[in-house]
Amino acid sequence: MSSSIESLISREYQHGFVTDIESDTLPPGLNEDVVRAISAKKNEPAFMVEWRLKAYRRWQSMKEPHWPNVHYGPIDYQAVSYYSAPKTKKPLGSLDDVDPELLKTYEKLGIPLHEQKMLSGVAVDAIFDSVSVGTTMRDELAKYGIVFCSFGEALREHPDLVEKYLGSVVPYGDNYFAALNSAVFSDGSFVYVPKGVRCPVELSTYFRINSADTGQFERTLIVADEGAYVSYLEGCTAPKRSTNQLHAAVVELVALKGATIKYSTVQNWYAGDKDGVGGIYNFVTKRGRAEENAKISWTQVETGSAITWKYPSVILKGDNSVGEFYSVAVVNNKQQADTGTKMIHMGRNTKSTIVSKGISAGQGNNSYRGRVLVQPKAEGARNYTQCDSMLVGNRCGAHTFPYVEVKNNSAIVEHEASTSKIGEDQIFYLKARGLSAEQAVSMIVSGFCKEVFKELPMEFALEAQALLGITLEGSVG
Amino acid sequence: MSLLVIKDLEARVGDKPILKGLSLTVEKGEVHAVMGPNGSGKSTLAQVLAGNPAYEVTGGSVTYDGKDLLELEPEERAQSGIFLAFQYPVEIPGVSNAYFLRAAYNEIRKARGEEEVDPLEFADLMDEKLAFVDMDPSMLSRSVNTGFSGGEKKRNEILQMAVLQPKLGILDETDSGLDIDALRIVADGVNKLKRPDNATIVVTHYQRLLNYIVPDFVHVLANGKILKSGGKELALELEEKGYDWVTSGASSNALAGARA
Repeated sequence: MSSSIESLISREYQHGFVTDIESDTLPPGLNEDVVRAISAKKNEPAFMVEWRLKAYRRWQSMKEPHWPNVHYGPIDYQAVSYYSAPKTKKPLGSLDDVDPELLKTYEKLGIPLHEQKMLSGVAVDAIFDSVSVGTTMRDELAKYGIVFCSFGEALREHPDLVEKYLGSVVPYGDNYFAALNSAVFSDGSFVYVPKGVRCPVELSTYFRINSADTGQFERTLIVADEGAYVSYLEGCTAPKRSTNQLHAAVVELVALKGATIKYSTVQNWYAGDKDGVGGIYNFVTKRGRAEENAKISWTQVETGSAITWKYPSVILKGDNSVGEFYSVAVVNNKQQADTGTKMIHMGRNTKSTIVSKGISAGQGNNSYRGRVLVQPKAEGARNYTQCDSMLVGNRCGAHTFPYVEVKNNSAIVEHEASTSKIGEDQIFYLKARGLSAEQAVSMIVSGFCKEVFKELPMEFALEAQALLGITLEGSVG
Repeated sequence: MSLLVIKDLEARVGDKPILKGLSLTVEKGEVHAVMGPNGSGKSTLAQVLAGNPAYEVTGGSVTYDGKDLLELEPEERAQSGIFLAFQYPVEIPGVSNAYFLRAAYNEIRKARGEEEVDPLEFADLMDEKLAFVDMDPSMLSRSVNTGFSGGEKKRNEILQMAVLQPKLGILDETDSGLDIDALRIVADGVNKLKRPDNATIVVTHYQRLLNYIVPDFVHVLANGKILKSGGKELALELEEKGYDWVTSGASSNALAGARA
């Protein structure tokens, strides 16, 4: 079919569905019509609809994988609604109307007052309104030629850029959840940094307009052109709830020649009650491609979700490219995690560093799964992996599944692993010096996680430390 | 008001009773030595006063500074000025001595209603205190007790005592495993910290430490109770005659009491 006919047909469908569907939410269920409807609601360009449909058809032919070391009940994909318009919730009058437990958590995390208001849906003073802050930020960035907007906006204003790079690191057929995401993704972030530009601020979803309710299928694409630098922060330490259980996001990073992308995540999604019921499933595909002399760093602090399943990876395609993965993953009560990274060495003289700190408490189960692959043409590859587990209490689990495949014999690959336990005697020692149990656990665990925390942007690092303490509350003694 | 009043204290670990009715009173400005044979309960006394959850108090009372000590959490006891110098200080990898000490120092300052100090102010304070125990500033960046020799660990305990300035210091066999030089340094540090408004309980096995930290009172703890108390000469008598002299004397006194 010629492209002009294709686009005609797509337009027809777009119109059709916009007029037919008056309501803000699509009924539950997933089929091709739903995929078209989602695209139509957003007025997406033709290539986008086609891409979504191809992804959907591929997803239908795939089988849900069950190989990770986590257990969960069957997911009914037909019982979920795949589109709801961003709601403008009626704002609360003041912080007095907010659940006091929630406010206590915000205090412990050191979150400033106006942010607390924003997070809990309280009407905010004009000065601190995220929309106006965001607008100022975007204007500043625009001076540098930096694009930072929602994915939907990028499709409207920079469709060529999106089309060029979307799916270039995570193809729509990459895996079951990526295919699902590619078909029904709601929104996300788009960043483009021009050649040679160093983005002057940490980009954060806090400044993104229309952040509202984070969708269950987020799609983020970050492109750093040659010689560019950008540091991006995802998530926040404040506990986040969602009406949707499955969160299958996809994040693609493209670092062109000589560029650097630093991507930091602090995740504290609702983990469910003490028995793990109702928590969020965080099944994410994150991958970056580094061209010649480029560098991609992933830093993550995962403390929430009932199940975390993700492997932020780097394809070291170009010569001298560098990949880094720093992770702290905590599981408490009945949380489960199967997380790690893949470093694929393809170019010459590529280097990767993996530092994974797993903390298990309560009846949590934590697995590190990593893959270091050195391809035959990857001359002079270097990898250093350090994988440490800490057990708190005696009912939790820590597992390690490292896969190392070296197909070039000039490679140097190092792997170190350790397992330790927080002792009650350590806790008592710190208490006998005036520190509370919470401070004691936080201090010991922070010492354990130091190497990872120092990779985080400073404000995040302080919040992450406090978050760690809160997550492990009640796990000792 | 006495600083510390222990009355008929009973405590056990698991099912095993260790303290069986211990009584002791400590006034401000005093140094009390608690000596006794192995298994008598010396370390238990120290740990119970600090609030170690491994030990269960089954009877008696402890009043500290007019307050019921047994009602307080370990951190509250530390914040009210109790300091236990551990016999086996534990290692805390990844946490620097400087960070840990400053955190502890600030908690205690907070409890006293004083302002917390920042890292720079703390560094100045540390320069002064390190001299007390003849320790190098480089140890501040090392992880707490990690890779420390036995002597260094004990000196680290005294360093902490010098920083935290407790009202009641309890030294739990601080001399065990120390050579003469380390012993001198530790004793020197403890002596320098003595003030008219604080007190120290020195738990020790051997008389040797008491040559350097001269006590005002010596108590012999055996079978979970204090059997005999005296001045510093008592320590020398023990060294000469051994603990049996006290413990067998106690049983014969008991028999005598029964007959009479």
